Amino acid sequence: GLIRFNDLYRLYEFENGKTQLFNSWGVVLKIIKHYQEEGQGSEVVQGVLLGLVVEDRLEITNCFPFPQHTEDDVDFDEVQYQMEMMRSLRHVNIDHLHVGWYQSTYYGSFVSRALLDSQFSYQHAIEESVVLIYDPIKTAQGSLCLKAYRLTPKLMEICKEKDFSPETLKKACVGYEHMLEEVPIVIKNSHLINVLLLDLQEKSMVADKHELLNLSSSNHLEKSLQLLMDRVDGMSQEIVKYNSYCRNLSKQQQQKQQYLQRRQQENTQRQSRGEPPLPEEDINKMFKPPQAPPRMDTLLIAGQVNNYCQNIKAFTSQNLGKLFMAEALQGHSS
Amino acid sequence: MVMIMCLICDLEIEEMVLKFMNFLFIFLEVIVANVVSNCFCQPPTSARGQQQESHGDLRSLSSSLFIIILHFLYEVMAVHGPVVKIHPVVLASIVDSYERRNEGASRVIGTLLGTTDKHSVEVTNCFSVPHNESEDEVAVDMEFAKNMYELHKKVSPSEVIIGWYATGYDITEHSVLIHEYYSREAPSPIHLTVDTALQSNKMNIRAYVSSQMGVPGKTVGVMFTPLTVKYIYYDTERIGVDLLHRTRASASRTNGLTTDLAQVASAAGRVQEMLSTVLSYIEDVLSGKVMADNSVGRFLMDLVNKVPKITAEDFESMLNSNINDLLMVTYLANLTQAQIALNEKLVVL
Repeated sequence: GLIRFNDLYRLYEFENGKTQLFNSWGVVLKIIKHYQEEGQGSEVVQGVLLGLVVEDRLEITNCFPFPQHTEDDVDFDEVQYQMEMMRSLRHVNIDHLHVGWYQSTYYGSFVSRALLDSQFSYQHAIEESVVLIYDPIKTAQGSLCLKAYRLTPKLMEICKEKDFSPETLKKACVGYEHMLEEVPIVIKNSHLINVLLLDLQEKSMVADKHELLNLSSSNHLEKSLQLLMDRVDGMSQEIVKYNSYCRNLSKQQQQKQQYLQRRQQENTQRQSRGEPPLPEEDINKMFKPPQAPPRMDTLLIAGQVNNYCQNIKAFTSQNLGKLFMAEALQGHSS
Repeated sequence: MVMIMCLICDLEIEEMVLKFMNFLFIFLEVIVANVVSNCFCQPPTSARGQQQESHGDLRSLSSSLFIIILHFLYEVMAVHGPVVKIHPVVLASIVDSYERRNEGASRVIGTLLGTTDKHSVEVTNCFSVPHNESEDEVAVDMEFAKNMYELHKKVSPSEVIIGWYATGYDITEHSVLIHEYYSREAPSPIHLTVDTALQSNKMNIRAYVSSQMGVPGKTVGVMFTPLTVKYIYYDTERIGVDLLHRTRASASRTNGLTTDLAQVASAAGRVQEMLSTVLSYIEDVLSGKVMADNSVGRFLMDLVNKVPKITAEDFESMLNSNINDLLMVTYLANLTQAQIALNEKLVVL
């Protein structure tokens, strides 16, 4: 019969398995504040997200920050800090389920080994865990930039096995695009907070600044491109490594073949002369296969490069829009 | 002298000037009254008598001026104590902890953290403290408060306890006790009330500082004097709050974070709205419906002059070079992405 469009859409959503993320205002503000106060100068600030899992949604209701790691704080126990914090928060009825963690990022460079490991440990414990990436520089440019990511199930499997050789990756068909999946975020307010917002709007006399429509973009573009170039360099190094591995492997195969052939020839010669054939030696011991380089780093770099490219493209499209707006304004006056 | 007073009191200059003008007028009135009384009084016949009287006048004038200035200072100092600057994070946390309060608790209290300045207090963080309140007694979990403060200090060592907050409209006797406890932790703590029960149809956010009152040595009481409350934001905070204002407008109280180009489109929409408002105002003025306002006219002139006057060719070339840069970067980004995709496929082969 007729399938309505709404039903189709819902089916699609459930099939994808993507769950929505409900964020609350307090969390967003706390993350912003944490970066502003403690994270100046391209240092990464981190913290823990707390909330609940409700049906197919993940609700984040609170968060608390992690202190920075300093050298003179060697005996600082992170786990203990976390435990203390959670115990205290439980007293005031704040949800104490660890549903993820947040991190600030510098121009979008967060796809790294450390992130992967942390997220894996979180997701291992709770399946719905996410990592919230907050980009302060982009936010300062005019619009809140907060994204949530989760490791794909395929990547989870691979991390569990801790086997990063090319063969396993090939079998699992994990490309750099399938490493992290983005979870859509929705910000939800309670009614009381709406009242508060009204009050704030009345009282606050801060004029509306429009940084979003700022035309100067070269600084941001330069930095992004520079980071991209660094990563591409790293990528090319990895590629060179992999190529040499491939070459070594094929050379070794050739050598193996040659050896086998020579052996066979000798054996036939000996047989024709009536001597006992040479014993079959273990070929594998003679020709040790070269070490396959771990593909994880390459995958990470590829993912990071992809992320940079997407950010740059979004940024350029935004700027093109702004430039056309400026043209329109100029056109009217000239 | 005004500058010195401004330095002492750290107020906004306009307020200061207004108050000073007020008192200056009173002072002028006093002078005029004195002069008029002099003129219309019968002057004494002897010259020496006149001199003495003029001295007397001067003295009375200076004493009245002195009294007026003292009064002015007292009023200024007493009402406008330290200015309390609140970050919206704090308010959000307070509302949140109010929503999560235990069954039967009518209000929530907690500690305020922040930094103090010469004459302003900046509240940047807070946490709620469990407490029990009944008709005749109040119990606050001080252990908990201390613990939480220690934990918070590890993250941001510059924050200190500067006061406490309570939800609810009035200040009760229990508040006095709690305030006493907090005055042990911090010098002259601030008490913040947030009216979450919306008694006056608005969420009144007030701050108080306590001062002694009454007869010293006999019955001494505590008076909570109100302070001015201001909201301050970091830049990024304000952008977050702007987004949340827009959330308020949507029906289901939710809002997804939009893509980049859509944001530019919405910003353009807002500018367009503003321009149409301005245009309608101008049309009203031209047709005579609304009186022309000079200050608005000056703003309009500024606005029109802000669009830079560049010749068409120069602008074209600038625009084109910028567009070319952006297009090239887009092309390179696409190329890089294609490259790594290819690389991926080749490895898998």
